[in-house]
Amino acid sequence: MKRNTTYTALLAGAASLLLAATACSSEGGREEAADGDVETPELTIAMITHEVPGDTFWDIIRSGAEDAAAKDNINLEYASDPEAGQQASLIQNAIDREVDGIAITLSKPDALEGAISDAQAAGIPVVAFNAGIEDWVDLGVQQYFGTDEHLAGTAFGERLNDVGVQKALCVIQEQGHVALETRCSSLGDAFEGESEVLYVDSANMPEVRSSIAAKLQEDEEIEYVVTLGAPIAMTAIDAIDDSGSDATVATFDTNAELVGAIQEGLVQWAVDQQPYLQGYLAVDSLWLYNTNGNIAGGGTEPVLTGPAFVDESNIDAVAEYAERGTR
Amino acid sequence: MGQTLSPTAPKGGSEKALRVTRRSALRTFMTRPEVGSLVGAVIVFTLFFSIADPFRTGGAFATILYASSTIGIMAVGVALLMIGGEFDLSAGVAVITSGLTASMFAWYFSVNVWVGAAVALAVSLAIGFLNGWILVRTKLPSFLVTLSMFLMLQGLNIAITKLITGQVSTTNISSMDGFDSARAVFASSFPVLGINVRITVLWWLLFVGLATWVLMRTKVGNWIYAVGGNQESARAVGVPVAKVKIGLFMTVGFMAWFSGMHLLFMYNTVQSGEGVGNELLYIMAAVVGGCLLTGGYGTVVGAAIGAFIYGMTRQGIVYAGWDNNWVFFFVGAMLLMAVVVNGWVRTQANKR
Repeated sequence: MKRNTTYTALLAGAASLLLAATACSSEGGREEAADGDVETPELTIAMITHEVPGDTFWDIIRSGAEDAAAKDNINLEYASDPEAGQQASLIQNAIDREVDGIAITLSKPDALEGAISDAQAAGIPVVAFNAGIEDWVDLGVQQYFGTDEHLAGTAFGERLNDVGVQKALCVIQEQGHVALETRCSSLGDAFEGESEVLYVDSANMPEVRSSIAAKLQEDEEIEYVVTLGAPIAMTAIDAIDDSGSDATVATFDTNAELVGAIQEGLVQWAVDQQPYLQGYLAVDSLWLYNTNGNIAGGGTEPVLTGPAFVDESNIDAVAEYAERGTR
Repeated sequence: MGQTLSPTAPKGGSEKALRVTRRSALRTFMTRPEVGSLVGAVIVFTLFFSIADPFRTGGAFATILYASSTIGIMAVGVALLMIGGEFDLSAGVAVITSGLTASMFAWYFSVNVWVGAAVALAVSLAIGFLNGWILVRTKLPSFLVTLSMFLMLQGLNIAITKLITGQVSTTNISSMDGFDSARAVFASSFPVLGINVRITVLWWLLFVGLATWVLMRTKVGNWIYAVGGNQESARAVGVPVAKVKIGLFMTVGFMAWFSGMHLLFMYNTVQSGEGVGNELLYIMAAVVGGCLLTGGYGTVVGAAIGAFIYGMTRQGIVYAGWDNNWVFFFVGAMLLMAVVVNGWVRTQANKR
């Protein structure tokens, strides 16, 4: 007890000294910028995504959104549903609560058209991120943050050309997902060799593993296995072991485990669309619009967050951030 | 048992076989619930064997067996439950719950992974118990009870994982104490005739054998058929209906634990969103294998054949190099064919 009291006294003394040393002069001089916290009024922003629950990718997006919200004095209301109809209801719900801005993903743009125009009628700014680069302007959405899946797929295909690959396998973990299909088809267009698509079910890892192994056994000429998500890439490494093939893995998107795999040379590279940045910018842009009227991209051009390549040349810089779940 | 409600009563079959002609012995065989699916399996196997070159290799067979075993192990529990007249929609995510529990418990408290596995076993059995207990207490259909459990588990999986690890997947525990021995038990492989066979295949066969023995040779097996056939008359002749049902749900829980351990020790980490939709594959394996959705009829061997048909079809399409856009159509069509052949064989056999 005695010791505690002594410490407290010491601490109090130190604190008052510090306070005296840093005290501002009452008049004149440069105004100190507030450190960290902004002094703008608290805003409420609704973020509505098509997240499939429990996927590492979306966790990174959400970290970005939450960090931006914390910095900007924003009360972030996050909600998600993979079904477009449910997503539209969530948007409607946000309009009813009179939020100050809505950030959405346009994975199924047509289904959200009505809800978006309702938001506009209510005077609520809407920005889009992650999906919908083809549609956001037509829907009257103010800004877009994300990657162009077509560009990303093309960049991937060109990189395969650089390596000199003849045959690649593109593994799609959700059949009919527009963005994923675009990645593989754009990759196929840019790639001079032959590329083939394999559908698997990401909810069932043994099946992912078996199917990739089966494909590699069926076609021994496959040199590269291209996956569209980090967890799938990790499983592809095992599948290659199973099948006895010499194929190499490269992937779209990252997570902490995958960063380790690149360091160990198990995965050649990852096309990073920087999900943290997408979440962060979507929230931050609504704050900028509300407090300063800014519109990034001028309302007609998308703000691209990718494609950025992560490979052994820059992996160490990324690794430390991946560790805390933001890359 | 005063009355046996199952048409596959083991005793009657063998006694009769002694007295009757050879043709009737064949008929007895043909009326067994798994025979239709066996015919289906032979057709699927022959089809892929003849059109897909890689299908004929040992490596491909090992891959197919592995894919079948991961479905098949769960199908053992699910088939028993269906014979007992109930089904479990929470089985798919319950597997993930188990893997998550073991991983996070071991990681969070820095204990040997076997401790985590033991805790996960307790949790899995508790989930099964809860499913069964709610069912017998409320008399709600199993559809509602287990659908609710499915949704609750799905939410818990994600929320608790995020709470504990700060991410939506578990931390990699492959360097922790006990991991290697656990991997040897749940996820190793061994060479047989030059091909690498996953240990899950062995466990699968063991579970199928054990469950078949219980069903065919023990009092509990008779109880299961009786409860699934007609609950009220089963109760009237003294079958402990509630205990049987709760026990069956706990068996599914045990299998979910086993499958969860396999996932964890095979893949080092578990993503909390996995498992959704797999419950239907387990049920499908049981139904393709001749279990009736209404209960009281079917065998575990049939469910194993059902899982094997699924594994062959799913991987066979890849081996055959068919257009991948059609993959789920082909899977569905094959399964439908297997079920139809199954039913046809049975009615033909009964007619004769």
